[in-house]
Amino acid sequence: MGAGIGAGLAAIGAGIGIGRIGGSAMEGMARQPEASGKIQGAMLVIAALIEVAALFALVICLMVALS
Amino acid sequence: MSVLSNKFSRFTVLFALLFLVGCSTPSIASETESDTTKFNASEVILHHVMDDHVWHFFDGHQGTWFLPIIVYSSERGMDVFSSRNFYNEHHQVVEYNGYKLEHNHIYLADSGKAVLDISITKNVTMLLINAILLLLVFLAVAKAYGKSSGKAPKGIQSFFEPIIVFVRDEIVKPNIGHHYEKYLPYLLTLFFFILFGNFLGLLPGAGNMTGNIAVTLTLAIFTFLITNFSGNKAYWGHIFWTPGVPMALRPIIMLVEVIGIFTKPFSLTIRLFVAITAGHIVLLSLICLAFIFKSVYVGAGASLMVLFISLIELLVAGIQAYVFTLFTSLYIGMATADHEHH
Repeated sequence: MGAGIGAGLAAIGAGIGIGRIGGSAMEGMARQPEASGKIQGAMLVIAALIEVAALFALVICLMVALS
Repeated sequence: MSVLSNKFSRFTVLFALLFLVGCSTPSIASETESDTTKFNASEVILHHVMDDHVWHFFDGHQGTWFLPIIVYSSERGMDVFSSRNFYNEHHQVVEYNGYKLEHNHIYLADSGKAVLDISITKNVTMLLINAILLLLVFLAVAKAYGKSSGKAPKGIQSFFEPIIVFVRDEIVKPNIGHHYEKYLPYLLTLFFFILFGNFLGLLPGAGNMTGNIAVTLTLAIFTFLITNFSGNKAYWGHIFWTPGVPMALRPIIMLVEVIGIFTKPFSLTIRLFVAITAGHIVLLSLICLAFIFKSVYVGAGASLMVLFISLIELLVAGIQAYVFTLFTSLYIGMATADHEHH
């Protein structure tokens, strides 16, 4: 059960992080539409980094659940 | 005009059909489970994500490629044999020639000690396939440059040139500054090795190569060696005697910086490993849903989800290659940066 709770918390963490970066990206693109290409590129990269942190927690939870 | 009128749309339609078919056929077989026992999803998933001494393509007599096993032990010396010897006619694991195979590790049968296992496993074969693919593609690109110097690029050269220029102008040059030509060949190789490895791992029936922590650890060790051997005086000065920091704090900062030398490659290792392996585990779990519920409708729905998550995995494959190369060039750039005046 701890593994399930851990995986859920990891998902919440990823959701919050990616939501914040997405929100800032949207705001930046709204303020300056010319820069939207660069902002979108940076947003994708940062989303991947945040997602890796969440997936790290997911892998640990899987290891706990399966052993 | 028909949709198959020109070469590009023919290629696109064929690629889309192959992609749909390839992504929506669950290709998992568990020959060790009999029909009466429950489907053990976690075992199937872990088995497909981890390395293996045989390469199982499909069920049946011809479906398994028995890879060679190369072991070394101080008692028996070097031994090379096919892994077929470890399986009898009923596909159960047996002992062979004094070695026994347990949970994919090889031990000596009598003493139970582990042996040095340098076999050609599934991941090693994938590494070799990746290397051959890289050589084929980039020797062709280099030859095309020689032939069409001064003219517009065409064919495979025109496909890879924007990507190579992207790596050079967006990743390497801004982060390393001058002297970037010294590191550009290695960084280009690194980028395309990880990119091709990630893509190859997504093909059905392939091995999970960049999701093997030994592979990512080796790449991170290369980064570590290159960074620290090209570190100039300013770099080492910043680590051991950080300028601009009050004297009392300097030993603490020194400790933190020294640990930082090791955490940077460690984070590179874990990032690539976790991103790729977790992606594969998600895909495999969705496919296993169909086997757990034993229903065709769940299978159809799961295949659709697998298709969309595979598209995300393609994006993640590209992004992880970009991020690994970006961080490596950042670290090299920090190590070779000229001394700034505070």
